[in-house]
Amino acid sequence: MSQHAMQHAEDFRAGHALGLDHRKLGMWFFIASEVMFFGGLLAAFLHYKYTLGFPETAELNVVLVGINTMVLLTSSYTVVSALTAIRQGRQGRFIALLLLTILLGVAFLSGQIYEFADLYRQGVTLTSGVFGSSFFTLTGFHGLHVAAGVLWAIVTLFRGLRGTLNAEHNMAVEIFGLYWHFVDIVWIVLFTQIYLIV
Amino acid sequence: MTTASASASWRRYFWWNTDHKVIGVQYIVTSFFFFILGGALAGLVRAELASPATDLLDGATYNQVMTNHGTLMIFLWILPVLAGFGNYLIPLMIGARDMVFPRLNALSYWMIPPAGMLMIASFFAGGAEAGWTAYVPLSIGGPPGQTLWALSVMLLGISAIFGAINFMTTIIMMRAPGLSFWRLPLFVWGMIATSTLILTATPVLTSGLIMVALDRVVGTHFFTVTSGGDPVLWQNLFWFYSHPAVYIMILPAMGIISEIFPVFARKPIFGYRMIAMSSMAIAILGLTVWAHHMFTSGMDPRLRVPYMVSSMVIAVPTGIKIFSWLATIWYGKLRFTTPMLFALGFISMFLIGGLTGIFLAAIPVDLHVHDTYFVVAHLHFVLFGGSVSAVYAGLYYWFPKITGRMYDEKIGRTHFALNFIGTNLAYLPMFIAGLMGMPRRVSAYDVSFTSYNQLATLGALILAASTLPFLYNAVLSWARGPKAAANPWQALTLEWQTSSPPPPENFPEIPTATGDPYDYGEPSAPAAEPAAAPAAG
Repeated sequence: MSQHAMQHAEDFRAGHALGLDHRKLGMWFFIASEVMFFGGLLAAFLHYKYTLGFPETAELNVVLVGINTMVLLTSSYTVVSALTAIRQGRQGRFIALLLLTILLGVAFLSGQIYEFADLYRQGVTLTSGVFGSSFFTLTGFHGLHVAAGVLWAIVTLFRGLRGTLNAEHNMAVEIFGLYWHFVDIVWIVLFTQIYLIV
Repeated sequence: MTTASASASWRRYFWWNTDHKVIGVQYIVTSFFFFILGGALAGLVRAELASPATDLLDGATYNQVMTNHGTLMIFLWILPVLAGFGNYLIPLMIGARDMVFPRLNALSYWMIPPAGMLMIASFFAGGAEAGWTAYVPLSIGGPPGQTLWALSVMLLGISAIFGAINFMTTIIMMRAPGLSFWRLPLFVWGMIATSTLILTATPVLTSGLIMVALDRVVGTHFFTVTSGGDPVLWQNLFWFYSHPAVYIMILPAMGIISEIFPVFARKPIFGYRMIAMSSMAIAILGLTVWAHHMFTSGMDPRLRVPYMVSSMVIAVPTGIKIFSWLATIWYGKLRFTTPMLFALGFISMFLIGGLTGIFLAAIPVDLHVHDTYFVVAHLHFVLFGGSVSAVYAGLYYWFPKITGRMYDEKIGRTHFALNFIGTNLAYLPMFIAGLMGMPRRVSAYDVSFTSYNQLATLGALILAASTLPFLYNAVLSWARGPKAAANPWQALTLEWQTSSPPPPENFPEIPTATGDPYDYGEPSAPAAEPAAAPAAG
């Protein structure tokens, strides 16, 4: 073993040498599995979309959901800005941006609940047919992921308020951000496949 | 170890504990319980099939017994027992103090007992009877136990995913200094390949199970044919997971075998990198073959060919492994200990399972033998002759490390002999019965198949008997066996470079890897500087 390797024997880990944090890496693996989970649900939706044609798509409110999509996209921006703020040690700005993220998440969920209620009034329900089943399951599970993200953001917010997050210790924010962006990207795929490509 | 901590030591296995060694033992012992339960159900199946008529179990009960046998053996025995090996061994083999997420690790284990209880409870709620494949519409219309069945499998899948996240992150982040990827023990490589598959394939099964459960509970129409639902969609989602699941169940087993041959042949492993990379090749190819299970499901005939080809290509990395193992023991100084005997048994029986797998991948053969006992025989040669042999080999090989005591070699060999005879006697006749056209999953059969079934039942009896010497050996040796040395096999991998059993946090000082883990018979230095004392007093 070389002298150089000896010197670094104590703190050398291949992962550290690659500049990775174990929590971040674990999160990436979790996201990989989540991609496949949504892949399964989306595969079912697309299979039926192309075999049955899904005339019910005409009932969908593209404008409302388009606005909702913008809301969610904006929330990704606020998360990135929140991370930048805490890295610069700007606590107040961090809290404000995280709060804004939570509000945007709640707004998205409210929009989705409004959309679902509207569809139910028009007779498109979870049990009305294959479209309803695959549509509500797919978008519903995404909504649940957004809801989980909102709860996570609230927990992160409380940690921020207690002052345990600062310019040095902010990995919790970054990992939450990874999850939030993932949920956001899933929505971009779903919005395109369900609402835009008809 | 003081008396106080020794007396407290057995209690930790029954409670929340974040030590990977405790969790590993929890996995192994819990899953062995389900192995015995699944074996008892197999005994019922074989008892029913001892005579052609339906006499012991009625049709519905037979279906429940065979469904739960398959599910228990796959989801609650082989998958978790291999995860148990992963838990116990990975931190030790890579020179780490624990898994990277110890609490997540404990959580992964503690999802298994409730899932197992759900599975057992499903039996009393009108058991699942749609086979372990749970094909729709059978699994949609079946009794309420089918819902509990789906929930149980879902829970086990989530537990496996959490485990895989932990394995991958641990292996990448926690390796000891000097332990580069090309110095990793091959069992660790097997766990990398397996974890990759768990992360990619298991969530797809979860999504499918959610659809089945929603169809059953909420009344959605994913698989309602009259509303346009498509039962073949379930087959796609199911096999997208369940074919890779076969590799999830065999790759760590192959890793165990790769650890054992060099140690007992006193030779470096042949083709280290080829074995490691063939595991990865099997994992990646394994994701592309699932529809070979559906050749008779009415798929486009043109689609069958690529699935046939990709399935057959898997024989190449598998062949690389088998020939590398043979080259490893070739001209070696063989020691026929119990783990070595099981490893040799693994090669011979897995070979039969693997070769018949190529038969089944061939479209014309598959069209003939689909849903016959040929498939049953193939699967059992892979999973029983293969995976279970490797699990036994591993249990004997690491028994001194885990318990700190030696097992009885003579009883171990008796166990091997009974197990080897029983496996071949139980499953070889099924090939013939299958080729003659005996359908699987039916409680009655034509009298012309009688003798093959009676032979299989006799084999099953011998298999049941073979677990008795194992249990006797394990329990007695754990309690009163002679104390084991830190490294009774003179092995070079890191788990043997610490005391038996290893102390909390594994190594008094983190070891430094300086060479290959399989440098047997070479004049050069051992793989690791003995940072740990050879044997703790």
